Amino acid sequence: MSARVLVGVKRVIDYAVKIRVKPDHTGVVTDGVKHSMNPFCEIAVEEAVKLKEKKLFKEVVAVSCGPQQAQETIRTALAMGADRGIHVEVSGKDYEALGPLQVSKILAALAKKEEANLIILGKQAIDDDCNQTGQMTAALLDWPQGTFASEVTMDGEKLKVVREIDGGLETIKIKMPAVLTADLRLNTPRYATLPNIMKAKKKKITTVKPGDLGVDVSSRLEVLNVEEPPQRQAGVKVETVDDLVGKLREAGKI
Amino acid sequence: MANPLRGEVVRLYKTLLFLGREYPKGADYFKDRLRAAFAKNRDMKDPEKIKELISRGEFVVKELEALYYLRKYRALKKRYYDIDE
Repeated sequence: MSARVLVGVKRVIDYAVKIRVKPDHTGVVTDGVKHSMNPFCEIAVEEAVKLKEKKLFKEVVAVSCGPQQAQETIRTALAMGADRGIHVEVSGKDYEALGPLQVSKILAALAKKEEANLIILGKQAIDDDCNQTGQMTAALLDWPQGTFASEVTMDGEKLKVVREIDGGLETIKIKMPAVLTADLRLNTPRYATLPNIMKAKKKKITTVKPGDLGVDVSSRLEVLNVEEPPQRQAGVKVETVDDLVGKLREAGKI
Repeated sequence: MANPLRGEVVRLYKTLLFLGREYPKGADYFKDRLRAAFAKNRDMKDPEKIKELISRGEFVVKELEALYYLRKYRALKKRYYDIDE
């Protein structure tokens, strides 16, 4: 039970914000836009804290990669019950190019350095919807993975994970150390209340650079263009079935 | 105002103010109503009545947390899962 859980949290544009594409089509507008922790990451933090409260793990460490503002996201994780935070500083062009491959390399390096027994991540980020980081991290570490987890229990020395898959639920048993990714129905994340936020200010956040971990964050991907989805055409209402048939014929559908 | 309860009332106010920042109808809308609600009872002296009002306030805190959670859950469910699920 000397076990340590590493939780990855990502700072993304808040889920309720209306996204606008930049006029030069290189990305979306992020300046002055409300950011918060990725909802699936919140579920991951909640699960980690729950496991600690069940005395299955000793320490929960929250990790985030990004510029200075990523520390706010780590603070939220600390307010939810994480014990300490690690901020991997990546800014500017490196941050714009940061993707699942680089983050999973960073997490793998940190997992080894911190001797973590379990890594819990959100299944995907709501900004890039990659759904890759968890899987890549497990592959780099050669650890088993329980992705799309909707229920996690300890079964002796192993983890029993119920996964949400197309067509239903799959239950697997995996050995630790392992990587889990959280799905929507895993738990209900607690709200970071004001007194907890105040207490979290005393918890430690260490800053490291990817170079310190021996990770190269250069990307092999280049974003060519970002566009809004096409506007939906207004629908047409018809009075009778004959009208409907007529309209379909006009459109060449029948 | 009864002294020990004053601290609790102020704490409740701060908590509600903090939560109100994310209110769907706007933080200002919430703040106005919050101040009006607290101002209405500012001359309350009876400790029993004050405790009752405090617990009503705490109930509102729970309601807000539930509101925010459901909003988020429903939005994500709609975006990421088939509507039949």
